[in-house]
Amino acid sequence: MSNLDINDIERVAGLANLRLIPKEKKSYLKDLTAVFDYINILNEVNTEDVPETAQVTGLEDVVREDKISSCSKDTVDSIKNQFPESDNNLLKVKTVFKE
Amino acid sequence: MLKNLNLTRAVEGLKNKDFKATELLESVIDRIEERNNRINAFITVVDFDNLKKKASEADKKIATGDYPILSGIPFGVKDAICTKGIRSTGAAKILDNYKAPYSATVVKKIEDNGAIMVGKQNCDSFGHGASNEQSMYGLVRNPIDESRVAGGSSGGSAAAVADNQCIFSVAEDTGGSIRQPASFCGVVGLRPSYGRNSRYGIMPMASSLDTVGPIAKSVEDIAVLMEIMAGRDEKDATTVNEPVPNYSKEINKSIKNLKIGIPKEYMELDGLDSEVEKIMNSKIKELEELGVQIQSVSLPHTKYAIPTYYILVPSEDSSNLGRLDGIRYGVRVDGNELYDIYAGSRAAGFPAEVKRRIIIGTYSLSAGYYDAYYRKAQKVRTLISRDFEEVFKKVDVLLTSTSPFPAFKIGEKVDDILQMYTADAFVAPAALAGLPALSVPGGLTKDNLPVGLQIIGPRMGEAQVLNVGNKICFNNADIQIIRIYG
Repeated sequence: MSNLDINDIERVAGLANLRLIPKEKKSYLKDLTAVFDYINILNEVNTEDVPETAQVTGLEDVVREDKISSCSKDTVDSIKNQFPESDNNLLKVKTVFKE
Repeated sequence: MLKNLNLTRAVEGLKNKDFKATELLESVIDRIEERNNRINAFITVVDFDNLKKKASEADKKIATGDYPILSGIPFGVKDAICTKGIRSTGAAKILDNYKAPYSATVVKKIEDNGAIMVGKQNCDSFGHGASNEQSMYGLVRNPIDESRVAGGSSGGSAAAVADNQCIFSVAEDTGGSIRQPASFCGVVGLRPSYGRNSRYGIMPMASSLDTVGPIAKSVEDIAVLMEIMAGRDEKDATTVNEPVPNYSKEINKSIKNLKIGIPKEYMELDGLDSEVEKIMNSKIKELEELGVQIQSVSLPHTKYAIPTYYILVPSEDSSNLGRLDGIRYGVRVDGNELYDIYAGSRAAGFPAEVKRRIIIGTYSLSAGYYDAYYRKAQKVRTLISRDFEEVFKKVDVLLTSTSPFPAFKIGEKVDDILQMYTADAFVAPAALAGLPALSVPGGLTKDNLPVGLQIIGPRMGEAQVLNVGNKICFNNADIQIIRIYG
């Protein structure tokens, strides 16, 4: 059995910038406990000296020339139009630093 | 009934001037208008007048005799793939208003070849699901039996093809999202080798597994589409620089003396539906009659694929989805402080399954758990890949059923997440190993539900996978006629 409790869910939700209501916390605790109990079956597998697979292509050091490519004004505008809030062509967000 | 045509026949018909691109388009659009309320395969349909203009232009080009191969063919795109100027939501409300400033490379390639995109297709939000019940735009019904799910995550893309609401779809497969819905809806879907097709412009789910591939009505269609979609893209550094075979030619080669392996772990799975098993066995017999050598093989780490998958995918998911926070694009929920904007926008914009995976993934990657979960799963992933490498020393391709069961009832598994996760038992292993895998209709159950069969090949082995799939589909002509052209 995993020893998860509601504090774990709250801690993780905080790390993930996710606001949860109490009902969700309870439901995810139940789900996570079930999922991690199931996942623990991996402990049966002997992985000593087994390398990790981080990628499957075998490609190494894929590089390109370090040059700037421009894009059209239309593209720039279509990106700016996506800003939820803007002021004079600048992306507007809440204050990051407090006094 | 022009909408019922497969891609190859539609291309032929346009070439022979049997009908016009405008007529083909109208036939498809009429079908969408008639059926979308019920099936819900499309989240966004492109403005009809715009489409008509494009079809007229295609007709003019076709009349000159010098035109790209897909001219005037209507197709759809999974909504988790970016399309310039057309809303791309990923089936999540956090991107309800998002219009991508660029198109995914694969979509651009298809459009450069003349095809006309008619709309964006429903899916589980950001690909998180195996039934298409996790879309914030409503579930997708299976057109074969509307009380059943279409499969997921690319449920809308498979249902739209099966229901003749487009000629083909461009979809995405992380752990089965093309193959499983294709099998549930009785159509053909290919997950290419990782690195074969560009992922540029795909909303990333698990970046080390994500692939983009076609869903269509026949294997020959898939071959034509792969010739266009595949290849190196400088915008996706994981694409490989290997020549793209002439798949259309490859799929007509003889498969006599070919060695096909049947993984015993798949046949012995608890919960394998007896009708699925029967269809598998009868197909094996048919292949033997074609001169194929069938042998039973073992992939000993098969049972660890799902737990491995459900650590790696949520982990990469949770990291990728970090970019969605209501700041630069998407729907912002206002708050007093910056954190309130992040947390509020994400709370309102993600459905339950997305939140669940973010929590699982963030937990697996958090301090003190990384070694026990993420690193461990990456090691088991190596063992799963080695199983396949060993087996492909003995056989050319593997044959399995795509899913242990046919399409299930809407709501049947939605409350039992482990049961839903194990629906991916046969499709996740090849994805973890980065292998190409195709789902083709293999037969029908007593209730007339399609059962898909899966052909898995070695890396970059699409040609042989499609060739074997083509032979199975060929023998399945009656099902194709009833289900697709009927």
